[in-house]
Amino acid sequence: MRFNEIWKVGFALGTAAFVSISLAPSAQAESVVRVAMTAADIPDYTGAPDQGYEGFRFAGYTLYDTLALWDLSHSDRAADIVPGLATSWRIDPNDKQKWIFTLRKGVTYHDGCPWNADSAIWNFKRVMDTKAPQYNTRHAGMIGYTTSSIASVDKIDDYTIGIHTKTPDSLFPYEMAMFFMISNCAVDKVHYDWNEYYKHPSGTGPYKFDKVAPHERLELVKNDKYWNPQRIPKHDRLVLIPMPEASTRAAALLSGQVNFVEAPSPDTIPRLKQAGMQIITVPYPHNWDYMLRFDIPPFNDIRVRQAANYAINRQDMVDMLQGVAVAATQTLISTQPWYGHPVVYDYNPEKAKALLKEAGCLPCKIKIGISTSGSGQMQPLPMNELVKEQLEAVGFKVELAPMDWNALIGVFFGGAKKSDFNGINFSMAPIDPVQGILEKWMSKYAPPRCCNWGFFKDPKMDQLGAEATSEFDPVKRNALLTQMNELAVADASEVYIVHDLNPRALSPKLTGFVQAQSWFQDLTPIVVRP
Amino acid sequence: MWLYAGRRMLMTIPILIGVSIICFALVKIAPGDPVQNLLSPTASAADAARLRAAYGLDKPVVLQYLIWIGHVCVGDLGMSISDKTPVAGEVFEALGHTLVIAVISVSIALALSLIFGVIGAYRAGAVSDRAVTAMAVFGISVPPFWLAVVLVIFFSVNLGWLPATGMGPNGSEAFSYFRWSDFKYAVMPIFALALPPLGIMTRTTRSSMAEILNQDFILTLRAKGLSEAQVIRHALVNIMPQALAMFGLQLGYLIGGSVLVETVFTWPGTGYLLNKAVLTRDIPLLQGTILVLAAVFVIINLAVDLLQSLIDPRLQRS
Repeated sequence: MRFNEIWKVGFALGTAAFVSISLAPSAQAESVVRVAMTAADIPDYTGAPDQGYEGFRFAGYTLYDTLALWDLSHSDRAADIVPGLATSWRIDPNDKQKWIFTLRKGVTYHDGCPWNADSAIWNFKRVMDTKAPQYNTRHAGMIGYTTSSIASVDKIDDYTIGIHTKTPDSLFPYEMAMFFMISNCAVDKVHYDWNEYYKHPSGTGPYKFDKVAPHERLELVKNDKYWNPQRIPKHDRLVLIPMPEASTRAAALLSGQVNFVEAPSPDTIPRLKQAGMQIITVPYPHNWDYMLRFDIPPFNDIRVRQAANYAINRQDMVDMLQGVAVAATQTLISTQPWYGHPVVYDYNPEKAKALLKEAGCLPCKIKIGISTSGSGQMQPLPMNELVKEQLEAVGFKVELAPMDWNALIGVFFGGAKKSDFNGINFSMAPIDPVQGILEKWMSKYAPPRCCNWGFFKDPKMDQLGAEATSEFDPVKRNALLTQMNELAVADASEVYIVHDLNPRALSPKLTGFVQAQSWFQDLTPIVVRP
Repeated sequence: MWLYAGRRMLMTIPILIGVSIICFALVKIAPGDPVQNLLSPTASAADAARLRAAYGLDKPVVLQYLIWIGHVCVGDLGMSISDKTPVAGEVFEALGHTLVIAVISVSIALALSLIFGVIGAYRAGAVSDRAVTAMAVFGISVPPFWLAVVLVIFFSVNLGWLPATGMGPNGSEAFSYFRWSDFKYAVMPIFALALPPLGIMTRTTRSSMAEILNQDFILTLRAKGLSEAQVIRHALVNIMPQALAMFGLQLGYLIGGSVLVETVFTWPGTGYLLNKAVLTRDIPLLQGTILVLAAVFVIINLAVDLLQSLIDPRLQRS
């Protein structure tokens, strides 16, 4: 009896001590934004981010700048490019293959290294000149594609460079919004040992590198000397934590371990809202679709492609996703300038059945490659199950072939002719007219080049694309691009399903965040209230 | 004893060679090109080929294996593709994080399983025995990752007592098992990891103990007038070789098989590392982690075998 009493008292004291220690508030001298990323690991932060555009978002535009930057200050229109490390750019009036970029003066990298024409040219050689000591194979693989249209780069003066393109390329500045400039001094200092540079990365971005715990966290601090005073971070520190498991991210936010969560799963959103978290959803150039193969039946027949589009009940999909997506009737989102007024494929199963019958494809067997997860793939397994059900309701016979994300990327790279798929569920980022229109529908971008996976070929489309890239008047160019987009939709060249709404969950203590209509986001305006 | 130990150690060499071949081959057979994770979706085939050559992935597979195993023999597991750091350092650091919570989990499981197993066997058929059996079945049946999520919801989200994820407020580098503000991060992973071995070991201990308690020498001990506590102590000594074997086996499982629990808690151990290496197709890291885990499993089993033979010399003769 006596032992029991002692035990009970001991247990009570122990529990009280445990609770009080657990709940004791920790002193915080600095304001910290702690982000739970969906990435499985910390993205590369040396100036060539991996892990998809989430890597660009958190380990690219935070530490580094590009010649043209994305304007991420608005949420009411699709983000477009604005001056960054270049204050302006123009095509040489005497040479349609020469872009002249005027570089921003008075900018230094985090290590004090000056930003100028020499530094810019050094950076281009980093991915273009295999003989240069700073040539980095990995960087070339990750961001070298942004320079693939460049023939050469000349220094005009200390703050002006001339970039010669291989062909007239009116959309070239968009490429320069993805090419990060890193400190040449920092790399020179470590004698081109990139493993050493990894320990001391240096850019011109609004955040500076502080420390990293591999696989656990990347910590950045504000660059209070950032060249754009409006974008000096309004918090002291940014901690980026890879947290691939969606339920863990939600729990971490609810328990206060993080205050900014990427892509909470739809089923956790009601619970997060109940706890007072801010759920932010904004459309952005994202396209969850089926890419189709055009060189063999059945999708070489426009009637079958149209039938597949009429078979999709997009509202069902939106409801299943608890409203974190909107119906897609084409590749682009409505706020993009090239959206146009194309055909709309409403849900019409009767019309779909009639089209399949007319095409003589009943049951219409198709095999679709899908991933089990992946950057921008949303909730691929239940979503594809629903698409399969809807397609089969009108006469398709769908075989879904699930694989991991990396394997699907391999299928995408290889092109349709190297697989036995009639389509793949592969989300792309149509953030600009190059990625959203030209690379998808011009035959010159068919494999082995990127990204016309299904070998779409239409001479009219090729002609319009060539005209658009040679047209330097933005209004006329946009008209040509819009025409191309409308043509692609009229041809039912994809099965359009939904656009993601890019949900994010933020602690109520965070204010000032403006979610841009973009894959990239500006975290600098975030204020952390105590 | 020394001859036995030497023979057992020699036997581990072909096992490790076999393990190295299997782990290398498995990674190669897996679909997907490792360099694709390092490339933008819009990168060209030439970019991919250049990168493949840079990592030596363009060489014949047999040559790749020989180069890799040659480096492994001198302790070089290669460089992680994604982190640009030596794989050996990363794996052994993660192994340290996993080993500690795994050892604590299995030790707790062993201690409790001995207590519960003895209670169950000693009071066979009674309510306490049924309670022990129910607990053991629960431990065996509950998926640890589900338990992990439930623990997080209850203790982190609802009660706010324990942190949901990570290894310490300042990361693993500053972590101390002897500071409560750090150690509380390990409480739920340890609990989630301890439950399945507790169930398995309780079942084993109970059945072994029940068998021993029915043997003639127990009757003799009682006839000699030993107290029940002394009788149980004698019986316990007899089940120690089995308990030790279970301890080693479960420890091995936890070190290699804690992928899901470590992922839920983002505990930076070998399971989490393995998951990360798979998702990012970091081939050197994947191969290095699997090889080290397999080697640790083999070594733990070797140590358990040797310890068992020390406790029970009859095993050496068999």
